[in-house]
Amino acid sequence: MNKKNPLLRNNGVQTFITSIICIILGLIVGFAALWIINADGAGQAILGVIKNFFNKPTSATRLQYFGQTLVKTAPLLLCSLSVLFAYKVGLFNIGVAGQYCLGVMMAIYSGYVWKLPWWACLLLGIIAGAASGALCGLLKAYFNVNVVISGIMLNWISLYGTNLLLQAAKEKTGKDTVRLLSKAKQAVLPSLGLDKLFGDKYVTIAIPLAIIMAVLIWILLDKTKLGFELKATGNNVNAAKYCGMKENRNIILTMVIGGGLAAMGGALYYLSDYTQWNVNASSVPGMGFNGIAAAFLGGLNPLGAIFSSYFITHITDGGAYVDLSHYCAQIADLISAVIIYLCGFVLFFKTLINNRLRKAEERFTAKERDAVKAAEVKSEGGNQK
Amino acid sequence: MILLLQYTLIFASVLLLVALGGCVSEHSGVINLGLEGIMVMGALGGALVMKFLPYDGGAGFGMFICVLLAAMLIGVLYSSLLAVACINLKADQTIVGTALNMLATALATVFVKSMNTAMNPNDHSSEIFYGKAKEAFVSKLGNFELNWFMIVAVILLVIVYVMLYKTKFGLRLRACGEHPQAAASVGISVFKMRWAGVLLSGLLGGVGGITYITAGASTWKFENGVAGFGFLALAVMIFGAWHPFKIAGAALLFGLFRALGNVYGAFDFLKSMNIPSAIYNMLPYIVCLIVLTFTSKNSKAPKAEGIPYDKGMR
Repeated sequence: MNKKNPLLRNNGVQTFITSIICIILGLIVGFAALWIINADGAGQAILGVIKNFFNKPTSATRLQYFGQTLVKTAPLLLCSLSVLFAYKVGLFNIGVAGQYCLGVMMAIYSGYVWKLPWWACLLLGIIAGAASGALCGLLKAYFNVNVVISGIMLNWISLYGTNLLLQAAKEKTGKDTVRLLSKAKQAVLPSLGLDKLFGDKYVTIAIPLAIIMAVLIWILLDKTKLGFELKATGNNVNAAKYCGMKENRNIILTMVIGGGLAAMGGALYYLSDYTQWNVNASSVPGMGFNGIAAAFLGGLNPLGAIFSSYFITHITDGGAYVDLSHYCAQIADLISAVIIYLCGFVLFFKTLINNRLRKAEERFTAKERDAVKAAEVKSEGGNQK
Repeated sequence: MILLLQYTLIFASVLLLVALGGCVSEHSGVINLGLEGIMVMGALGGALVMKFLPYDGGAGFGMFICVLLAAMLIGVLYSSLLAVACINLKADQTIVGTALNMLATALATVFVKSMNTAMNPNDHSSEIFYGKAKEAFVSKLGNFELNWFMIVAVILLVIVYVMLYKTKFGLRLRACGEHPQAAASVGISVFKMRWAGVLLSGLLGGVGGITYITAGASTWKFENGVAGFGFLALAVMIFGAWHPFKIAGAALLFGLFRALGNVYGAFDFLKSMNIPSAIYNMLPYIVCLIVLTFTSKNSKAPKAEGIPYDKGMR
């Protein structure tokens, strides 16, 4: 008991525990939904979701599908980094989805129309997202426009803008953009042998790049002066101002970095040529909102985000393995939505743990005090003798 | 021209209803970002009634009332998820609101898909066909189709105004959004008032949701959600400075721009300019951003909105 306390008091451990609680509760709700729809296959269906690529028969295909899950994890990780970075500075970057669109837009456009090499496409994509983030930050800093509202408006503007511009990179028939591998090979990300390792041509340097970004963001936030200033601005704008920090510059800089990260996610994903953009898309890509889920599930820690974004991709991918004659793949979306709803309670869970710990401690010290008192009484009694 | 007027009015009604919901909730001190999700759930409730209630043509008052009540009920129930999390458990209102939006679309899609599959094993769509039931509350006045929900929007506008500014309840509600500790000191239960605010916003949001889907065809695909209307309504509310009548004006303006995207083909001079439809789709959002840029400086937002109530705080 005495030894367990300090471990439970650790903030990281508490975050880990609460995240696990959220995941378990989310899975239970998902199972309940499946059970209501059709009780017979519910157990198998939820196992299918959890197992994902382990459903595949041979180890080679398992590895290949694991690689594909990783391909989808990379953009999600970058989106969640964008959300958590802004959140640490007190800004809720809901515009991730729009910045992601802009990254996709510039990456495909410059790759196919301008025939630029992959690194230039990636860079232009990042710049487009960063510019959108900068606009959001400027509006907040100088016109006091709520970032949530401006972010959402920019989401829709970016979505339709992307649809408009990518008409130029559309296949002749259908509504998808061209496959970069066949039409603009110079724009596809190099894989440095990773494709051979996983036996899947879509596995590229996007995955290690995303993980490197997570580490860089962690270093920036926790180990540098700039990170400290940004976090201070997030905690108390007035105090930060009083200490001579430039709060407007910090807000704009944060949104620039956040926008760049989200756009990098979009650019990397589409430059791996795993999927094509639908130029008639009428809803904002879910990647942005899943990024919010991943950021909070990872306890707002860049390194935690690596695991949480993998987990969310794993579950979402696993949705494809439910028995589609009874259930639908969106059950996975339902599970991740429940998980993010529960993530809102993290503070509540933590206070609960801390309260229990405090009570236990009080009881312990009270007992100790009694013991000491009893001992004193005894020894006093002994002295009198 | 009449078509433009019709679309403007129906979109304005949707925005007005949902923005009023946001307004009531924020006056009580809770930011309701989950309005988009509440709209989806309200729409689901209404659409189910339209699908399953027997109906045989003509104007149907009973049908209308049932649809309205179902949308309200589901909206209220769903908004209680926000209330529990944000008021009692002091959760972050932004996260919970966002989660509710994701949850509503997922929940509605799963529900409708499994319902369709249960009725017909080959049907895996997320659409609800309610066929002619919509005609129950659409009256034709010449070429103009009067959707009864437009009238509901106007009535609710007046009710919300009177409630917020002319009754004891409204005064107490607004006190909880401005300075909850002061309100509590004179014996008002802040928790109860905030619950009332959130549930009322669920009611209004639910009606807004069903109005939104009846603006379109005789079927609705739930995978699509409500295309950011809940958020657009929040922008309308900010533009309308948290005041019901100003919100109504703002809703008309945004409704007009949204309607232009639907019917610009009917105007020769707009058609001849050859502007891609994507531009028209962007228009309401761009206007909204510009308007917010010039109106946000002196925000009239309730002072305590977004902050969980803490009795001990001063």
